[in-house]
Amino acid sequence: MKLNTEPNIERPDDFYEALIELHRGLSEEQSRQLNARLILLLANHIGDMQVLSEAMAAAKEAPA
Amino acid sequence: MLKTYDYPEFTYRRSADQASGAVRRHPVIVVGGGPVGLSAAIDLAVQGVPVVVLNEGRTVSVGSRAVCYAKRALEIWDRLGCAGPMVDKGVIWKTGKLFRRDREIYRFDLLPEDGHKMPAFINLQQYYLEEFLVRRAGEAGVEIRWREKVTAVEPADDHVRLTVETPQGSYALEADWLIAADGARSFSRRALGLEFKGQVFNDRFLIADVVMKADFPPERWFWFDPPFHPRQSTLLHMQADNVWRIDFQLGPNADPEEEKKPERVIPRLRAMLGEDTEFDLEWVSVYTFQCRRLDKFRHGRVLFAGDSAHQVSPFGARGANSGVQDTDNLVWKLKAVIEGKAPEALLDSYDTERVYAADENLLNSTRSTDFITPKSEASRAFRDAALDLAEKHPFARRLVNSGRLSLPATYANSPLNTPDEDEFEGAMAPGRPAADAPVEIGGRPGWLLNLLGSSFKLLCFGAAPGVLEVDGVTVTPLLSGRDFEDTEGLAMQRYDGKPGTVYLIRPDQHVAARWRAYDEAKLRAAVNRALAR
Repeated sequence: MKLNTEPNIERPDDFYEALIELHRGLSEEQSRQLNARLILLLANHIGDMQVLSEAMAAAKEAPA
Repeated sequence: MLKTYDYPEFTYRRSADQASGAVRRHPVIVVGGGPVGLSAAIDLAVQGVPVVVLNEGRTVSVGSRAVCYAKRALEIWDRLGCAGPMVDKGVIWKTGKLFRRDREIYRFDLLPEDGHKMPAFINLQQYYLEEFLVRRAGEAGVEIRWREKVTAVEPADDHVRLTVETPQGSYALEADWLIAADGARSFSRRALGLEFKGQVFNDRFLIADVVMKADFPPERWFWFDPPFHPRQSTLLHMQADNVWRIDFQLGPNADPEEEKKPERVIPRLRAMLGEDTEFDLEWVSVYTFQCRRLDKFRHGRVLFAGDSAHQVSPFGARGANSGVQDTDNLVWKLKAVIEGKAPEALLDSYDTERVYAADENLLNSTRSTDFITPKSEASRAFRDAALDLAEKHPFARRLVNSGRLSLPATYANSPLNTPDEDEFEGAMAPGRPAADAPVEIGGRPGWLLNLLGSSFKLLCFGAAPGVLEVDGVTVTPLLSGRDFEDTEGLAMQRYDGKPGTVYLIRPDQHVAARWRAYDEAKLRAAVNRALAR
C-alpha cells in the first residue's frame, strides 16, 4: 500500500471547514464541477499512478 | 458531382480470365480498391509479386472521406513511389488549436522535430489520394479490374475460390492468397461468417466539405461547445483546392436524412463562418461509428487488412493510416512465404503485430470518443473540469482529448524481435519503425528511409561487414560515412549510433535487432527469427 491513510493533515478541522466553505452557496451542478476540478488538480499533484489507483479503490469501497 | 474535382471514369474490360472460361489461379488477389487495397497491390507489384485487384467501383472515393494522412503512412507511400504527388497536392500541417466556447485555450505542435522527409500530417481529399494510387498501380503493373464485384468467397486449404460479377456476367477465379481490403462492410468477412465485435456509438456527426477563400491557417481547429454550435463539438481542417472539412457533432437524436439537407447545413455553416463569408457546399455526409475488430486478421489463406479487419472512430485519423500500416506489415511477409523463404507461420506474426496495433488504435480512438461525447454526468463533469483548467494549468491540457493523432505502433513484444542484450539510449528499440534522418548519398541530399527501401538492411555505425546471405535472404549493409553521409549527425543521434553499433531493419522498416558490436552468428539468428524460421 503506497497510499497514506494515516492522519497526514496537521489541522484536520481547519481543512474540513475550508472544504465545506468552498461549496457554500453553490448549486449541485456547480459543486460537482468544483469537485471534479479539485480532484484533477490533486491527482496531478500526486502524480503517482499507484497512489491514485489505491485512492480510487479505497474511495469506491462500500462504507461499513 | 463536385465543383472542384472531376471524377475519372474507369471502364470494365473483360479480363483474359473471364474470356478463357477456365478457372485461373493467381498468386495474390486483392479485394477492394481503396487506399488499403491499392497500397497492398502496389507494394506486391513493386516487389515482383503479380497481383490482381477486384474493385466493384468505377471511380475513386466518392467524397473526401479520410482526409488526414499521417507521417508513417506517407513514409510507406514514399517507399512505394507515390508520396510525392500526395504531399504536393495535400495541405501540410502540424499545428492545431483548441477552443472552448469563444476562447482559444491552447495550441499544439505535433512534430517539433526537424529532419524528417515526410510532414507530420497532410490533409487531402481521399479521391486525390486514390487517383494517385491508381496511377502508381498502373505504372507498377497492377491489374485493376473495375466494376468487378465479389459475390462468393470459398476458402480451401491451399487457395481461395472467388466468384465475381461483372457487367458481362459472372466468372470464377482462384487465389493462392486473398487480401480482403473490402472495407468496413466487408463482403469477404461476412462470407467467412466472422464476428466483428466491439462497441457501437450513438452520436451522429455531420461532415460538410465547403469551398471558400478563407484566411484560416492550415491547422487542426477543434471547438468544445462553440457559440455557433452550443453543447456540441466542431472540427475544422483545410484540404486542397480551397476545400474545407467541417465536422459537426450532432448528438444521438439527429435525423441523418434531415441533417444532410442544404437548408439544414447552410445555416450551421453561416453561424460558424459568419454572414460575410462566401462559400459553396461541396459534399455532405452524416455518419455514426463503431469501434470493433476481428478476433484474428489471418484466416488461413484470407488476410484481412484495413477497415475490414478493424474499425475505429474518426478522432485521431487512425482508419486509413492504420490500414496502410497493415499492408506494410503484411506484404513483405507474404512475399517471403510465396517465395518459399519463410514458413506460413510468418503470416501469423502479421496477425500478432497488427492486432496489437489495432488494439492500440481502438483504445486511443475510444478514449477520444468518450471525452468528446461523455456518456454519463460524472464523465461530463470531469471532461468540463479538464477544459476549465486547461487554459491556465498546463497539466490539464494533457487530459483534454480531441483525438490522439495517429502514430505508428511499436511491436515491442513481437516474436520477430531479437531482445536487446546491450545498453541503448533513445527510441529505436526492436519493433519500432525506423526513424528518418537527412543524409547525403553520393554527394546529394537524401533521406535515410529511402536507403532502407523494402529489404533487410544492416544499418551500421563505425564499421560494416559485407553483404550477407542467410538461406536465400540478402542482408545489405548501409554504413554511415560510406554509403551515406550523416551530415547533420541526426542518424547517429536518433539511433544512438556509437561506433560499432549495428541495426537489423526489416523490409517494412521496423527495427528487428540491434547490437553494440557486429556478430555474424547473432545476425543470422536474428534474420531467421524475423522470418519466423
